[in-house]
Amino acid sequence: MKKILFIQRRSPYGTGFAKEALDAILMASAFEQEISLVFTDDGVWQLKNQQDTKTLGIKNFSPTFKALELYEVKQIYVEQMALEQRGLQIEDLIIPVTVLATAELRQLIQQHDVILSF
Amino acid sequence: MKFAILINSAPFSHQASDTAYQFCQAALNKGHLIHRVFFYHDAVYIGSSLMCPPQDEPNITVHWQNLAKQHGFDLAICIAAALRRGVLNEQEAKRYGKSSANLAAEFKIVGLGQLVEACLTADRLMVFGG
Amino acid sequence: MSILHTVNKSPFVNNSLASCLRLAAQGDGILLIEDGVYGGLNHTGFTPELEQALANFTLYVLQPDLAARGIVNQAHPKVQQIDYAGFVDLTVFYTNVQAWF
Repeated sequence: MKKILFIQRRSPYGTGFAKEALDAILMASAFEQEISLVFTDDGVWQLKNQQDTKTLGIKNFSPTFKALELYEVKQIYVEQMALEQRGLQIEDLIIPVTVLATAELRQLIQQHDVILSF
Repeated sequence: MKFAILINSAPFSHQASDTAYQFCQAALNKGHLIHRVFFYHDAVYIGSSLMCPPQDEPNITVHWQNLAKQHGFDLAICIAAALRRGVLNEQEAKRYGKSSANLAAEFKIVGLGQLVEACLTADRLMVFGG
Repeated sequence: MSILHTVNKSPFVNNSLASCLRLAAQGDGILLIEDGVYGGLNHTGFTPELEQALANFTLYVLQPDLAARGIVNQAHPKVQQIDYAGFVDLTVFYTNVQAWF
């Protein structure tokens, strides 16, 4: 078994990275490996609640994050500093997450075998 | 050492696919193995056989074809990303009622599971992003 | 266990290098490639941060990317210049690789 870390640093709609990264996370969950998911930098915006894309005419993929638990992806982290810099609190996020200090995240990254960044 | 390669960016718009190609060439020259090159996001355009760059510019699709043929590794294109962007093999073109297919020879359209499998099989995953 | 971080964005337009420096661990290697090489120069507005980073990490820069941009002579003397073969060797030397882009 390998420990796989996904690092999300991109905001949700300005580029297609966030959505296609989520597809990869869901796929990886089927391989019964140990998966962790980190949101930092603008990646934390992916988890913002109240996303409404109706006027844009594009798909709001944020509800999919709620399904991660069903896919057994349960280790979901955000970097505290990234939230603070963006005026966000965990109550603003669409799913419950574990908040990490920068030093804790630094350590977490070192503990993985594969790092997938999108 | 066995490498898996993930390329995330479009050719021409970004240098990532060129860097990945140079890296693979150097790794192979040193006797390492490339297990699979996985093309995701806009990198799926590299699998289009219809690109016609000017003659004095490199054709990255042909470069990858030659390297893969010579060393026998997979050029794997994510099916979901490819269908969205119009890179289709015969089978998918027929399925979606399109008039033609454009997937370049040597490239394969595969599921995202092949990316995960490559990560699990290889000693190192190299991500080249945009 | 130590990681080779690759960074391919200029620190003058994007926070990828800043984030990498924040989250890399002591002893990790950082390789500047593509537009990331602009972060490895001497006498720029970023040089003070680069010199701070040199205290904690080994910094490398992909020489062909410097050459392409006409800035080989401007590279910081304490940043090691490597070619693609050297890039491959680094990915073997370090136990994992993380890309920042």
